[in-house]
Amino acid sequence: MVAMRQRTVDRVAVDQRALSFTRRSIKREAKQTGLKLALSMVDLTTLEGKDSPEKVRALCRKAICPAENYPEFPSVAAVCVYPSMVPVAVEALAGHPVRVASVATAFPSGQAPLAIRLAEVEQAVADGAAEIDMVISRGRFLAGDEKNLMSEIQEVKQACGPAHLKVILETGELETYDRVRCASDLAIEAGADFIKTSTGKVVPAATMGVTLVMLEAVRDYFLVTGKKIGVKPAGGIRTAKQALHYLVMVKETLGDSWLNPELFRFGASSLANDLLMQLVKQMKGKYMAGYDFSEA
Amino acid sequence: MAKTQSQNSLGKSKGKRKVDRLPVLKTYKLYLNGGFPRTESGRSWKIEDLNGSTRAHLCRASRKDLRDAVQAAAKARSAWGRKTAYNRGQILYRMAEMLEGKAEEFTQVLQWSQKRTRRHALKEVEAAIDRLVCFGGWADKFPQVLGCANPVAGPYYNFTVPEATGVIAVIAPDAQPLLALVSLLAPPLCAGNTVVALGSESQPAATALFGEVCATSDVPPGVVNLLTGFRQELLPVVRDHRGVDGIHAAVDDAEERRTLELGRAENLKRVRVLDAGAVDWYDPRECHSPYWIEPFLEMKTIWHPSSS
Repeated sequence: MVAMRQRTVDRVAVDQRALSFTRRSIKREAKQTGLKLALSMVDLTTLEGKDSPEKVRALCRKAICPAENYPEFPSVAAVCVYPSMVPVAVEALAGHPVRVASVATAFPSGQAPLAIRLAEVEQAVADGAAEIDMVISRGRFLAGDEKNLMSEIQEVKQACGPAHLKVILETGELETYDRVRCASDLAIEAGADFIKTSTGKVVPAATMGVTLVMLEAVRDYFLVTGKKIGVKPAGGIRTAKQALHYLVMVKETLGDSWLNPELFRFGASSLANDLLMQLVKQMKGKYMAGYDFSEA
Repeated sequence: MAKTQSQNSLGKSKGKRKVDRLPVLKTYKLYLNGGFPRTESGRSWKIEDLNGSTRAHLCRASRKDLRDAVQAAAKARSAWGRKTAYNRGQILYRMAEMLEGKAEEFTQVLQWSQKRTRRHALKEVEAAIDRLVCFGGWADKFPQVLGCANPVAGPYYNFTVPEATGVIAVIAPDAQPLLALVSLLAPPLCAGNTVVALGSESQPAATALFGEVCATSDVPPGVVNLLTGFRQELLPVVRDHRGVDGIHAAVDDAEERRTLELGRAENLKRVRVLDAGAVDWYDPRECHSPYWIEPFLEMKTIWHPSSS
């Protein structure tokens, strides 16, 4: 498996291929299906210093029923919060299929001693988080310390217990596709259930190019082992149109079996409302106003 | 978009004139969110002069361009509303300055598809400049006229303060393409509304050119958005768009008037539709009134305890 990490990525080819996914024409029923699918894949996220219990409760209400007047629209996949807000989210989502995801391991920098990061993960899981979004130590990875990084991810995976582990690569700080590919392979080998592009705190966040590189890493791992790993682009995906482009990319890279919330997610906060606006536009033929949907 | 103009300056067929340079012709585009994009639909239509020569190809805006314009206008609302009324007035005055500087170009464009003298076209440009100056002046004065201190039975001060409504769609008539556009656009703009305007259908070049005035006048991106296109296609979209808070229009056709007025039923839009033929656009007594601003204001009443 180590040999897989020595791949190099053709940047021009990846960018061209990623661009080609933005040129598909998706209309009418296919568009509606795609929009609903994208909505069901959203991890509704709030990761701010000013997050309060009531803001998280409001977010959870929106996660269960994204648009009050349209109960036929699907719930989102999960609510993503800081560890301190996990108990609030768990209580608010009790009895509903929406999962609680928590960022952990000294998000977003990851710059804390390993013991503290592991304790944070254990606490979030104990509080009821079903999914843990960890950040990798980008500094160590860029310094070439791949072995240590791998063991860190393995220890976090162990601390997660039954919870799913999403490994955030923070591709904006890795800078090259070669490193994104290498980090993806490393995280998958170490036991990640999902690999995630970004924290949303660094620009650039998710791009079509880096997501394609990660999807290809997942594809190659599947072809060797038969095991399916999920992918979550996060940050910078704000419009329904972008979301459809990503779905096309997943379908044409990994196939239909990845087109479900168990294996593909969008980490976003403002995307959900744009998806709702486009869905209602498709149904009623009229453009909606921003105030027609709740902000949370 | 194709570059078209009389090709005489190329010296192609007129005698033995030598070609020394290619003239750089202007490509007329939409003015959206502070930029000059082509229509996303890729469509255009030909503008001919009275002799049947092609003078330009204009962007034929689609409903998606309109959607993008409303989105930009909604986003620009808070920044434009936060500017002081005095500053908004200065910016409208700056628009007048820029229009003055481009008076010659506008005069030429206005003569393309209408049989009118240069003097008549210049008169329209000058009236448009004066209208901008007028509503630039009203920006920090209309609240004194339209707002008030109300007498109430109790120990309170009671004020009524006008505030901007939001995103206003402007629909300009075919005649007086520049003056009517400015007359419909300036009143809501000076009050802090943002504007999405659809210019004259038969003479759209002045609308496209007016974008250059806005772009060089410190008008923040998204505050004014200018589209050229077909009313039959775009009016129903304006009517149904819930992000449009008001409509300021002048039309000749009863069916178009009806279409726009139905917008009230969608989301309680403020709708003012004028009979284009009945307005004397050159009459300052008619068109410089603060009551052109009033339909696009929301009145907020404030109670404040007084000492006695």
